[in-house]
Amino acid sequence: MKLHELAHARSGDKGSTADISVIAYRPAHYPHLRALLTPDRIRAHFPDLPPGPIHRYEIPSLHALKFVLHDALDGGVTRSLRLDAHGKSLAACLLEMDVPAPPTTDAKD
Amino acid sequence: MELAEHGRLDYLVFECLAERTVALAQLDRLRDPDSGYNEWLEERMEAVLEPCARQGTRIITNMGAANPTAAARVVAEVARRLGLDGLRIATVTGDDVLHLVKGTHLPLLDGPGRAASTVSDLHKTVVSANAYLGATPIIETLAQGADVVVTGRVADPSLFLAPLMHEFGWPPTDWPLLARGTAVGHLLECAGQLTGGYYADPGTKDVPDLARLGFPLAEVAEDGSFTVTKVPGSGGRLTLATVTEQLLYEVHDPAAYLTPDVTADFSHAHLTHLAEDRVAVTGITGRERPITLKASVGYRDGFLAHGEISYAGPGAVARAREAARIVQQRLTRAEFPVTEARYDLIGVDAVHRGTGTDPTTAVEPAEVRLRVAARTETLLQARRLGREVASLWLNGPCGGAGVTREARENIAITSVLLPRELVMPATGVQLNTAGATP
Repeated sequence: MKLHELAHARSGDKGSTADISVIAYRPAHYPHLRALLTPDRIRAHFPDLPPGPIHRYEIPSLHALKFVLHDALDGGVTRSLRLDAHGKSLAACLLEMDVPAPPTTDAKD
Repeated sequence: MELAEHGRLDYLVFECLAERTVALAQLDRLRDPDSGYNEWLEERMEAVLEPCARQGTRIITNMGAANPTAAARVVAEVARRLGLDGLRIATVTGDDVLHLVKGTHLPLLDGPGRAASTVSDLHKTVVSANAYLGATPIIETLAQGADVVVTGRVADPSLFLAPLMHEFGWPPTDWPLLARGTAVGHLLECAGQLTGGYYADPGTKDVPDLARLGFPLAEVAEDGSFTVTKVPGSGGRLTLATVTEQLLYEVHDPAAYLTPDVTADFSHAHLTHLAEDRVAVTGITGRERPITLKASVGYRDGFLAHGEISYAGPGAVARAREAARIVQQRLTRAEFPVTEARYDLIGVDAVHRGTGTDPTTAVEPAEVRLRVAARTETLLQARRLGREVASLWLNGPCGGAGVTREARENIAITSVLLPRELVMPATGVQLNTAGATP
């Protein structure tokens, strides 16, 4: 299945740093996403990213993960030659990721 | 207007200053000392001043950009035209720190790579430096009875925190309260992004009536607990999902969201759905504010050129790629000194990133658009790139359509950190009378 079926996401930027939130639709799926979406998995999904570090932050109370991709935006909105200089499309492209289905659960959210 | 007329607001905040906007405004001001503020200031004030004055809603805005003093004169003139007597119009200045920054060895947080690591490496290209001020100077103007506060660069959430500190008498070192007020500001500052804008995904995340998207408001209690909502009947939606997306938007470390006022911690935030389009926010806490203030530094960063041309029908992608090769080869042969260039196909790989789509199995699009972008050292070089793309009409693959091109100087932004005690905010409050000449 696609990550799109389990989570929604929003991209932002500060300077040349991209900032992506991934939020589980169902809180019960948060541990599954937390296990899957490591910084290495994010880098593997975006092979053309410049080599800056990727930090992950966990926000369990909002069943959300935050990825900060340093130096990922080729200079950012005021310098980059990219059409999407903000990296606004990164979140949607991340949601295309093929992921295994979460373990079946009877949890009612 | 919905908010101003029907929001029953105590304060209406216009946050309108993106990262680069103030640098462009500084350049405007250099050309004309009476300009350098937001181009929509007059129109917006014409729309809201009367309902706000009638209902006692005070207005706070950073539409002063590079020239809050000139902007305040515009507000006074609009008030005079509308016959609004006795408005107190305030300015907050002192964010311009060019004199503190220019020529120094302050390290750049986001510079142009190896070319420059400190401000002095940017030499004479620096055109502006504006520090992000906090809530304190705005509070001073509110204490003096300001009805309209016009600022330059102030941290976005501080525009919203200031009236809460003023109304509730929150001490400037009560970090948890300041963090909650900062969360209010952070949620409201992008306006429609809290109510379904930048969220809608038809079929998955449906949002009704985006064409008349209702902007959000917050109802805040003295202990900093608050509810976000929007005017009943307006378009959009405000849900747990929209609030979660916006609370985390661009904060980097959710446990350390840095502003001039506080280090806010959203990492244990809790949201409660109270009713349709009403969400309560709790669990926000905070720690001591950073010892430095961030300043945005604008500098002349060479020239940017773009050229685009479209291809449709069978083989469109192959023709667009051939066109890209032609431009690329010609730019090399003609000793065209581009410092950096990109060749993207809009409709294939211009904004799409990542491995989620297999390009070898992707369906051939009905049309694509080649986009060539380059950085050059002179305007003439940038204009030549557009000429090369335009030449594809006659000399490139068949069916090239709809050429557009642009060449312009680029003003880029980098950031530095300044000791906060060096930055001296200033305030002024003027009573506007109907007969006064602004």
